[in-house]
Amino acid sequence: MTAVTYTRYELLRTFRNRRFFVFSLVFPLALFYVIAGSNRHAHLGGVPFPTYYMGGMAAWGTMIGVTAGGARIALERQVGWNRQLRLTPLTPVTYLGAKVASGYALAAVSLVLIYVAGLTLGVHATAGIWLSMTALIIVALVPFAVLGVYIGHRVTVDSMGPALGGITSLLALAGGAWGPLAQHGFMHTLTQLVPSYWLVQAGQAYGDGPHWPLGAWAVIAAWTAVLGVLAMRAWKRDTGRL
Amino acid sequence: MSWPIGGFGDYRSAPTRGTLGAMTTATTRTSAPGIVLEGLTKSFGDVQAVRGIDLGIDPGETVAILGPNGAGKSTTIDLLLGLLLPDSGSVSILGDTPEVAVRAGRVSAMLQTGGLIGQITVGELIDMVASLYDTPMDVGEALEITGLGELADRRTEGLSGGQTQRVRFALAIVADPSFVFLDEPTVALDVEARREFWRTIRRFTERGTTVVFATHYLEEADANADRIVLMADGAIVADGSVTDIKAHVDVRTIRFTLPGVGTTELADLPGVLDIDRHGDAVLLRCDDADLALRALIAVHPDARDFEVRGADLEEAFLQLTTGVSEVVK
Repeated sequence: MTAVTYTRYELLRTFRNRRFFVFSLVFPLALFYVIAGSNRHAHLGGVPFPTYYMGGMAAWGTMIGVTAGGARIALERQVGWNRQLRLTPLTPVTYLGAKVASGYALAAVSLVLIYVAGLTLGVHATAGIWLSMTALIIVALVPFAVLGVYIGHRVTVDSMGPALGGITSLLALAGGAWGPLAQHGFMHTLTQLVPSYWLVQAGQAYGDGPHWPLGAWAVIAAWTAVLGVLAMRAWKRDTGRL
Repeated sequence: MSWPIGGFGDYRSAPTRGTLGAMTTATTRTSAPGIVLEGLTKSFGDVQAVRGIDLGIDPGETVAILGPNGAGKSTTIDLLLGLLLPDSGSVSILGDTPEVAVRAGRVSAMLQTGGLIGQITVGELIDMVASLYDTPMDVGEALEITGLGELADRRTEGLSGGQTQRVRFALAIVADPSFVFLDEPTVALDVEARREFWRTIRRFTERGTTVVFATHYLEEADANADRIVLMADGAIVADGSVTDIKAHVDVRTIRFTLPGVGTTELADLPGVLDIDRHGDAVLLRCDDADLALRALIAVHPDARDFEVRGADLEEAFLQLTTGVSEVVK
């Protein structure tokens, strides 16, 4: 069971790294309480503001967590660890799989905390809606997991913080995680092509639950495919595999 | 066992290196060797890092790949491990490609550069790597051999340079491999840490595992290897035991006392390469010490306190490595 033990240690290491923890857990939680807390009785297009904002903060927090999983590859590249691993039977699938798994584990902690925070500010939904939200968030995070692997192979440790923070902030902003964007017209159409938009939509607990049309699946699949090709190229160039 | 000495590659075409030709003896083998390199070449752009290496390494040997920086030692080790693909030639490890041997845990290595990942203890890290192999060494045993028992619960971030190298060595041996490669394992260590590191390696080689290490420290090769493969400019210039290599370097020195004789007069004696004189004490470096000594006694019967010495390893190293660079360039 090589993959199990290896992945277990990867998870352990991830949760021992407090810097990533603070980044992916504390900021979204703090922003949620500051913004949604002060507007807890406000409504946005008929939706209670905390309910809307919980989706945004869930998107932001999980996005950072999942992307950070792969980005940690940069740390291991710096100390030559992945070269050492090439001298073991570890397969690339297990290696990358463990990174993605630890990213999802960070995201899961972030998600649970935001859900609990949402409950404290009066967000309510049926169990079915909570479940479908969670399932869709897991799907919508796939391109971000791949993005993390790409970043991990392209940036140095020194520029990893800015790269990770910058890219996730930009995507959070463009997807409407920090606040509502245009609801109509050209800008709205453009926004719908950003994967983080659908990540935010996946976390919407009002009405019948998250609204995910076929187009959402297409956008997520397309981003995953494009980033997948980029990540694969970066990985090949980085490890010298041909 | 030791291998018959042989000069290979560029060395053979070097006309000025005649004496080492005698080192090439019949290479009849009784058993199939563990590692066989044949006609290995590797270039990076215009730089020919490895120019035609033939080498066989048997199970149980401790082999030093010795050479100055830039001799091609690391490239050779990377080729052996399959981290690089050769431009031509082949590598076989127990009959398999390096990739297969690595996956089976039959060969492992401690690379020249590399640190440890953080957020994990020494014991956990060794267990993590051990879990990747089908038949690893017991983690406790790896800790014991490397003397890391007391550090098992220590986080990797807090280790000294010497401790880090011992952990890296533990990670290489926990595969329970047949061959371990160490690329300049002590290069960043102080004298005491270096000594401790070699004690660790000797504890390990006592189990009969083959260790191949690259170094540019003569004393390290001299003290720790059964066999030295001397590299210069991407080729093997000599291959044999330390004694063999010293013996086959044709430079010897004659030391004696002789008052009142001119330096040029002595330098003109047959077989003398150069001369070093301090007062009445004279040191002659000779490529034919017998001839020089006979001529010296014939011409200067009052010379006394003779002392004739063979080359030390350093002399051999210098002669063999610089000789080749001259021929190549």
